[in-house]
Amino acid sequence: MLIWIIRRDLLLAMRRQADVLTTLFFFIIVVSLFPLGVGPEMNILRIMAPGIVWVAALLASMLSLGRMFSNDYLDGTLEQILLSPTSLPLLVLGKMFSHWLVTGVPLVLMAPVLGIQYDLPFSALIVLTLSLLLGTPILSLIGAIGAALTLGLRGGGVLVSLLVLPLYIPVLIFGAGAVEASTAGLGFDAHFSLLGAFLLVSLVCAPWATAASLRISIE
Amino acid sequence: MLQGNNLECMRGDRVLFSGINFSIKPGELMQVRGPNGSGKTSLLRMLCGLAVPNSGEVSWNGSDIRSLGEDYYSVITYLGHLSGVKDDLTTIENLCITSALAGVEIDKKTACEILQKMGLEKREALLAKVLSQGQKRRVALARLLLVQTKLWILDEPLTALDVSAIELIKNIIERYLAQGGMVILTTHQEINITATVTHQLYLS
Repeated sequence: MLIWIIRRDLLLAMRRQADVLTTLFFFIIVVSLFPLGVGPEMNILRIMAPGIVWVAALLASMLSLGRMFSNDYLDGTLEQILLSPTSLPLLVLGKMFSHWLVTGVPLVLMAPVLGIQYDLPFSALIVLTLSLLLGTPILSLIGAIGAALTLGLRGGGVLVSLLVLPLYIPVLIFGAGAVEASTAGLGFDAHFSLLGAFLLVSLVCAPWATAASLRISIE
Repeated sequence: MLQGNNLECMRGDRVLFSGINFSIKPGELMQVRGPNGSGKTSLLRMLCGLAVPNSGEVSWNGSDIRSLGEDYYSVITYLGHLSGVKDDLTTIENLCITSALAGVEIDKKTACEILQKMGLEKREALLAKVLSQGQKRRVALARLLLVQTKLWILDEPLTALDVSAIELIKNIIERYLAQGGMVILTTHQEINITATVTHQLYLS
């Protein structure tokens, strides 16, 4: 059952590639604008890199949140999902996973290439990629709660960023912090442990919270 | 057996309907009638558990449907105003996925046969966005031939359908009722469905 919903969302994403590419290109362009604006000052760029890449990742994943449930809501599929005999949190988890595959994974793959523009050392590039790999699923998980709560509201797009961005702050701090720690030659295990803990907590809580929000939104 | 006890629906501070009581047993049909805006869709959404009544309760075999949750969803099929057909998926993908969501996993061959029965032969590989409204409705209704649920809740199932499709749906519903199914439907068209007992519920 979980497989069906993931397959369906991936199939839909393939048929509407523009949606997926918007997120990725937004990320690429935002990250690339900073070196152009700041100028080729390697030391400054190296210090700024983790923060910029992470903030751009937050904003990029924000962009696609609105579409997470709204298409299903508009064509009536969401009603069928809510009335499915399969447990709703499980189906929601499937949607979150496919959202991450479609919007999170491309960012993770692109990050090391973009990091080169900031003259990050190889070890820092690896830490950056790994921190995004741990962090982007959290963005999809938490973002889904916001997307479900603002479903069907006018101006929901703005509201969802006000709701969700504050919740992204811990992920931003520890994600960017891991890369900074590694460039400073310190250990980054603690940052990764905390990111992992956030991931586990949101993996357990977010599907239930989203399922409950969807039931409220559709009433 | 589905029972509604003293159901009430409010929109803002306006009472849409109140004091609705009914009970349906296997093999029975209930037609909900009333002018536009009288709350037919609201009532049907209450009966399938998408909306909560402002007062009263809907019970299935004696227990409140809110407490049954997924156990209730596994015995009902709801077809709303919005057909749940994805424009970017082909007819066959749409049918496979909606029936999988309803708990029936089918292969492509079965899906093709069902679509043929619904008069959609040679449309299997087309994207739903090129289909007409009536054809989309047929895709949505095709699910009725697959599911093995005890209660169908159909909101305006006949909109956009042509005469032959209406006849087809009428036959499907009659066969289902004869096998002991329960059907609740709203329609503006005059349709004579034979059932052992037909309840009429007027909302005004």
